[in-house]
Formats: sequence, structure tokens, C-alpha cells
Amino acid sequence: MASRLRYLLLLLPFIAYLDPALYDRVEPRLLGFPFFYWYQLLWVAATSVILGVAILLGRRKQ
Amino acid sequence: MTLSVRDEVFAGLVVLVTLMGFVAARWRAGNLHQLEEWALGGRRFGTIVSWFLIGGDIYTAYTFIAVPALVYGVGALGFYAVPYAAIAYPFGFLFLSRFWSVARVRGYVTSADFVRDLFGSRPLEVAVALTGILATLPYIALQVIGMKAVLMHLGGAFAIGNGDLALSIAFLLLAAYTFTSGLRAPAMIAFVKDTLIYGTVVAAIVIIPAKLGGWAHVFDVSAATLAARPKPGAILLSANLQVAYATMALGSCLALFVYPHSITSVLAAKSKAVVQRNMALLPIYSLMLGFLALLGYCAIAANIRTTDTSSVIPTLLDTYFPGWLSGAALAAIVIGALVPAAIMAIGSANLFASNIFGEFTPGRAHADAHLSRLLTLALCAFALGFVIFVPTTYAINFQLLGGIWMVQIVPAFVLGLYTRKLHPLGLLLGWLAAMAASTAIAASTAVAGKGISVNVTLPLFGHSITVFVALYGLAINLVVAIAASLLLRLFRANPGTDGTTPSAYA
Repeated sequence: MASRLRYLLLLLPFIAYLDPALYDRVEPRLLGFPFFYWYQLLWVAATSVILGVAILLGRRKQ
Repeated sequence: MTLSVRDEVFAGLVVLVTLMGFVAARWRAGNLHQLEEWALGGRRFGTIVSWFLIGGDIYTAYTFIAVPALVYGVGALGFYAVPYAAIAYPFGFLFLSRFWSVARVRGYVTSADFVRDLFGSRPLEVAVALTGILATLPYIALQVIGMKAVLMHLGGAFAIGNGDLALSIAFLLLAAYTFTSGLRAPAMIAFVKDTLIYGTVVAAIVIIPAKLGGWAHVFDVSAATLAARPKPGAILLSANLQVAYATMALGSCLALFVYPHSITSVLAAKSKAVVQRNMALLPIYSLMLGFLALLGYCAIAANIRTTDTSSVIPTLLDTYFPGWLSGAALAAIVIGALVPAAIMAIGSANLFASNIFGEFTPGRAHADAHLSRLLTLALCAFALGFVIFVPTTYAINFQLLGGIWMVQIVPAFVLGLYTRKLHPLGLLLGWLAAMAASTAIAASTAVAGKGISVNVTLPLFGHSITVFVALYGLAINLVVAIAASLLLRLFRANPGTDGTTPSAYA
């Protein structure tokens, strides 16, 4: 169970990024950044957090 | 001769890291005549050293120059480096953990070692090794080009003979300390490199947009300027470039961690946990890369005009930074070229020595490193000569092709970590078909005197879609490999001997 959840988690960044139609627009802006840019930068941080969670899930399994 | 503050800071930092490169031989001392000690630092690096080393290795100086230059030149499409440098980590998390484990148990130094051990196929071993070397040589050359851009920008004594004099000295010293210290040299220098790079990027993000009237203004001016160019760009992709953007991110992500230099720095980690922790922590570099990419827009807003896009970033930094900071930033780019160049030389020298001249045998990790060390010198000399004597466009074209080629070892190497169902001969045929087809497609886009294009528009399902050629190659590769494997199984062909055991991957 934990390991299946882990694979699903690792899939999230691919879903977030690989259909640019999801984020290819200017509004809403954040701190002057068009959505296209802040969305993708935010997902870099999210990817890091997701991998951190994946490590914790792996540890709990053991 | 008098030097400006900028030039003094620059020269001082470059001399400092050169000395560090030689001193590194004594760091965590080991027998540097042994391959594992010289090439992989004895596989003893913990989380922090690995973070600096891998980050210093895959975020190269050329990236720092080329990514903002691409954003400056075409707009949103150049930002593909960000999704690429994000999704590479979940992908790496999955297969590198397995690869690290089996490599430790079986004593691999290269990816081709694993392919040989798993499939028992000498031709497949050579194919994987050859792909890595062919893709890495132009990549080393690009690091030299990145250094050259900075030296030319500095001018004065640095630019004597088109920068070739300073370049040759720096590169020969690089070859010398890589020869003596092995992977310890770039590992140690990476601390300086990354500190300088982070400092530069943070300073640039704080100083430059503020002087230009804030980010909103920077984006607005960029949108207007890009649209008014003879060959218009945009700060959004629009429907016709979305597929190209996504496939470039995906294709580059598949290639990143199968490059020989990535493998070298990942295998130097002391445990699987170190590799996994680094996959979670390395996106911090991608965040920095994202902001660096946006400096391309700052350059547009600052009205920097140049036809030589590699000078965009040096010019921008020089315009807005005080002399000492500018010197440190320019040094960061040059040092940022030395670290990956050293690791690339080590990685491809290992492939040459271990998998082309020699072949994988268990226990080879403890063999003599002499041949690898000598080859490092030869590879550095080759890359330097390439830059001095061959037009820059060629190196860039070959490096673009290299990225496409690297993806073609994914079926044998990465899929091989999970399944051995594909026949080695099938994989070899798939590789051959994909290499030939993708090279031919990419080469057909070449226009005399200009670069090739890695995105090709082809009719697909009734639409014409622009896709990154690497993924076409991969599709051909898999179709051929699977079809041939099914046929070979039908004829009960000998699938070769597997030297690995299931427990080795855990």
C-alpha cells in the first residue's frame, strides 16, 4: 500500500508539468510573475517536498 | 599591467580553485591508483558532499549561459529547462536507487558495466559506452565554450588570441589535477562553485529586477519586445509549441541521469539513502536555474542588444553589479565549467578504458586506474582542440544530438533495471535503428551555416505536431527492440547470462 502510494506521488510532478495547456496563461499573476512562471517555479518546490514524503513513506515501510 | 577590481577577484578565485584541485588528492586519502578511489572517490561521499558534487556536475556553466540566452532569444520555450530539471528527480529517484544498489554489490563503475553484467552481451556494452562517449565529448567542448564567452567578455590579457591562451592554460591545469586527484578534485571545487553561483543568482534576483522597475514591468517589456522582433517570440507558448515544450522537458529528463558524468557522481554516494535524499534536495538548484532563466527577460528589459547570445548574461551582470561582485559572478561561470568538465572527462574515460578497450569483469573496480587517468588527459585535449579549431556551431549541434543519443540507451539501461524480458540483440537493433533515424531526422533540419533543430514538425494523427526528436527515436527504439525480442524468443535464441541476482537491487 505504502509503496503504491509512493509511485502515485512520484507521478504528480509529471502530471503537473507535461500538459502545458494547464498553465500556459498570464493570469492570475503573483508578485508580477505571470501564471506560466510562478506555477512552474512553485512545482519545483512541490517536487522537492513530494520526494521528501516518498523517502519518509519508504522508511515507514521498513 | 594593472587589473581592475573585477579582474583581480576573477583571477584570484580561479587560481584558488586550481590549487584546491591539486590539494584534493589528499582529501579523505585513498589509494588513487585504484579505479574506485580515483574515479568514484572511494564511494564515500555523504549527503552534503554529494549534493554539491551532483549539483555542481549537472548544472553546468553552459546551462548558466545558454538557458537565459534561449529565454532572451525565443521567450517561453526556453523555460522548458525548469520542468525538465524538476521531473528529472522523481525519475532519478526511481531508477538511480536501484542502480546504485546493484552497482555497489557488483562493483560497477559505469552504466555499460551493468548492461554487460545483466545481458552478458559485449556488443550491447560497447553500444552503451560509445553512446555515452559520443554525447559527452561535445558536452565537454561546450564547457570550454562557456569559459571562452567569459574570457572574451573580460577582454585584456584574458582575451589574448581570442581567449585561446587563457583557455588552454586553464584547461591543461584542469586536466592535470583531474589526472592526479580524480573525482576528489571536482568534489572539492564544487563547494566554491555552488556557493558563488548561489550568491550570484540571489544577488542578481535582488538587484537587477528592482533596478528595472520590478518583475511585472520586466515581463511586460519582454512580451512587447519579443512580439516586435523580426522572428517573433512570446512569454507564453501558444498551442503550437506546447507539445514541443512538454516533449523537450520529458526527453531531456530521460537523458539527464543516464549521462556518464551523472552516473559517476551518483555512484560516488556512500549509500542508497544519500542518493534518495539528494533527489529530494537537488530541486533547490532547479529553482535557482528558473530564476536564472528569467534573467534572460531582465536582459531584454535592460535593452541589452547582442547577436552573440552567449554574452547576454556576462553583459547583464557587468552592467548592474559592482566590480568585485561582477568578478565573482564571472568566476562562478568559469569554475562552473571546470567542475562538470572534470567529471565528464572522468566518466567518459571510464567508459573508454572499462568498456571499449577493456570489458566488464566483477572486481574491476579495484583494478588499476592508469588507463582511465591517461585517457582523461587525452579527452580534455580533444575537447580543447575541438573548440579552438572547429566552429562553435558544430559543438552545439553535436551536443544537441548527444542529448538525443543518450535517450537511446534508456531501454537497455533503465528498463534493464526492472525487466530482462527484452533480448540483448533486440535492444541492440532498437538502439541502432533509433540512433540512425533520430540522427537523420535532426540532421535533415540543418541549414547551411546555422544550427540544427531538435524539434521536428511531423504529421501525426491528422495534425502536424512539433515534437522533440529524442522521443521519436525512443519510440522507434522500443518498437524495434520489442518486435525483435518477440521474434528471437519465438526462435528460442539464447538470451545471454545474467550476472546479477534479484537481491542485488534491493
